[in-house]
Amino acid sequence: MRESKSSFSRRDFLKSSGGVALFVGVSGILPQLISCASPEKIKAILEKHSVTAWVKLDENGTITIFNPASEMGQGSMTSLPLLFAEEMDADWEKVTTEFSPQETEIYGSPGWSPDTKLMFTVGSRTTNSYYMTMRQAGAQARHVLLYSVSKKWNVPISELSTSKSTVIHNKSGKQINYGELVPFLEMPESIPDFSAVQLKKTSNFHLVGKKIERKDIPEKVNGTAKFSIDIRLPEMVYGVIERGNLHGSNPSLLNESEVMASPGVLKIIPIGYGIGIVAKTLEDALVAKKLLSIEWNESIASSHNSQEIYTTYEKMASGNQSGKVLEEKGNVKQAQNLATKTYRADYKNEYIYHAQMEPLNAVIKVSKDISEAEVWVGSQQGFDTKLGVPAILGIDPSKVTIYLQYVGGGFGRRSMNDFVEECAILAKEMAPAPVKLIWTREDDLTYGAYRPLSLQRIEASTDQKGNLSSFSHLVVGDGGNLVASGTNNSHYDIPNQFVEWREASNGIRLKHWRSVGHGPNKFAIECMLDEIAFDQGKDPIQFRKTLMANSPRALATLEKVEKLSNWSTPPESGRAKGVAFVEHGSLGSGVCEISLDRESGKISVHNFWIALDAGVIVHPDNVKAQMEGGIMMGISSALKEQITIMDGKVQQSNFHDYQILRMEDIPDQIETELIASEEHPEGVGETATPMVACAIANAFLALTGKKLRHLPFTSERVLEALNS
Amino acid sequence: MANYTLQINESTYEVNVEKGTSLLWVIREHLGLTGTKYGCGIAQCGACTIHVDNEPMRACVLQVEDFSSGQKIKTIEGLSENGDHPLQKAWIEAQAPQCGYCQSGQIMQAAALLEENPNPSRAEIKAKMNGILCRCGTYLRVIKAIEIAASTQSNTKD
Repeated sequence: MRESKSSFSRRDFLKSSGGVALFVGVSGILPQLISCASPEKIKAILEKHSVTAWVKLDENGTITIFNPASEMGQGSMTSLPLLFAEEMDADWEKVTTEFSPQETEIYGSPGWSPDTKLMFTVGSRTTNSYYMTMRQAGAQARHVLLYSVSKKWNVPISELSTSKSTVIHNKSGKQINYGELVPFLEMPESIPDFSAVQLKKTSNFHLVGKKIERKDIPEKVNGTAKFSIDIRLPEMVYGVIERGNLHGSNPSLLNESEVMASPGVLKIIPIGYGIGIVAKTLEDALVAKKLLSIEWNESIASSHNSQEIYTTYEKMASGNQSGKVLEEKGNVKQAQNLATKTYRADYKNEYIYHAQMEPLNAVIKVSKDISEAEVWVGSQQGFDTKLGVPAILGIDPSKVTIYLQYVGGGFGRRSMNDFVEECAILAKEMAPAPVKLIWTREDDLTYGAYRPLSLQRIEASTDQKGNLSSFSHLVVGDGGNLVASGTNNSHYDIPNQFVEWREASNGIRLKHWRSVGHGPNKFAIECMLDEIAFDQGKDPIQFRKTLMANSPRALATLEKVEKLSNWSTPPESGRAKGVAFVEHGSLGSGVCEISLDRESGKISVHNFWIALDAGVIVHPDNVKAQMEGGIMMGISSALKEQITIMDGKVQQSNFHDYQILRMEDIPDQIETELIASEEHPEGVGETATPMVACAIANAFLALTGKKLRHLPFTSERVLEALNS
Repeated sequence: MANYTLQINESTYEVNVEKGTSLLWVIREHLGLTGTKYGCGIAQCGACTIHVDNEPMRACVLQVEDFSSGQKIKTIEGLSENGDHPLQKAWIEAQAPQCGYCQSGQIMQAAALLEENPNPSRAEIKAKMNGILCRCGTYLRVIKAIEIAASTQSNTKD
């Protein structure tokens, strides 16, 4: 961005403007204001007027719209500016998009608690939480343009309309495009807030819901898209850290002088749980890292064996201890006593790793006097948009500037700040030299923060009519909501329900992994429904339809996917279909078609069909892309992925022993049908993934009559189930 | 430290690095051609795929001294003048990338595939592309993009 002529910087401007506000570039409103007043007076004017900070307008017609969310592949760089452009009536061809500054006051969307704002790209909340914010800001920008034209032409705003970056005076037919308007921009005394009814009707959308190309794709196919790992700065040095493979352990370095003598090594920086090395080049740092001789002490995790822990969890599930009750509806015990038949099964899942393709990294430059810092990072942001750096450096958050970069995969891992804080520690020691901290793949995997291992015990009962009378869901595992999310069954009309979480603690680092607890919990719930339907000789979709009678939107997804998948037509010999329903903001039903190699135990997924109700669909092709990606990640985790822990030590280290889905194992097609809706948009990033494991297990049950209840479905487990 | 001369994208580069340095670090960190990505360091993910004398190779496991005697190295930056290689255009048409991190490797591998086999079957595409991981799960669109590029190329030649 060009600097304004006065000393009144954009940063000051943003701070003083506050709230929802319009910033029309240095050649727009701001210079006019500056030319007519002192900075103090401008500040007063800006505080008086509500001015928005979302858009820059150039005289050549280029419109730059800020994206306040992280872009990690989910398409925010396109979909959020698209909402703004829709209400502004911007010519989309002339729109470029940029990350907004990381200032929650200005760019946050409504947070989880009332009257709070948040810049945090997690929980599939981006489109959902910014839908109104972006539209209102776009409408406000349009209002400023209309106001300016009304002043210039001396006509009432009511006689003006807009289309494709042009303001039109309806009576005279006079036109002026947004770029030409720049020298004449004027701020109105006040800008309306624009309530929902003052915004466009969805039927008048000409961008939202249409076929739109993503703005970030051209630079992602020619190598110019910048991830933080690509940042290079003058005098930059390189940091690496050895963190071991026993979580919670602390190191003692045994050969400091030998490592210091290694070529290019500048400094050894212990960071508590690891030993940092800073060197002139990345290769120097990596050579020195290999030289490290370290003694690791015992940690809480030392006694943890992931393959044996299920015995403990089963005991915990059977024991009399009571955990945290997450849901209680009706009286499950009574229903069980009156039941004609009861069902009980344990479902298990291993630790799994994010495996985002860009290993964690950051670049930080701290000023020589440690009073300021600049941070280049691919992050999912956070409650603290300065990502923990101010506390590490002991400086005010206003002295830390975050330059958000494209994220080479997040999936929840980049909602943690550990890697940013580490880089700040190294950069503080090396100030003013910028430090690029890179986690090797081995670091990223072994010191990962996994989706927790857990056990789900489901107990269900049916009455004399065969109706589901109760459903009890007990989760045993570590990590609170990480294991408990997704236990909600509100779309199924089951009169008696009970959900409880019993806490285990094993000292393993854990974190949100795409769809969080929904993965294991939907696996358990949806498999149990099929097991009951199978036992009763009922069709799994018909069985669910009865339960969904009072949830028309959920039911509609099921009916739609039934048609889409030709459910009633038997698949070719050797194949079977399985269904699953998932709520994760949006509502989705999925059907997969699988086959099985009974010799090797290998499952192949051939087709996947999804029907999705996500409210208003802002960017349809991108929603489909999220379904495709979510299904692929679901197949990968359901069939292949597991981190195992032995005596606390992570047993895998890289993609040779932590296999993720490759092209040879993908389905032939993933077909998504989006259900038309006028409802508020819901998140779509995490709805597809949890469908997969249960849909596969349900197809397996239909194919073989056997039950798969332990993720992932490795060949050994499949063969074991076949022989059971 | 030693001096090495590298031929990359029709330009000549001189670097002074330790013998044994990975070609990936040379390309990315010393020469600033950051379109080629680091993903695993053990030739398992393919994010660092480049062409050496027209063959697709994983830069992370190559050592600089073995590639400084005139071998012609091509990275994503050298695939086309203006990002308009048929594959790059097809990639946009298919709207293939999500996070985008693996896509340089995908495109470089696909370019080598089409050089060798201008009209690959779906099975041939899967076999040749199997070494390039994508965590976002863009595989079906990657295949679609390759098929679009293959058909565009064959139409152009007709």
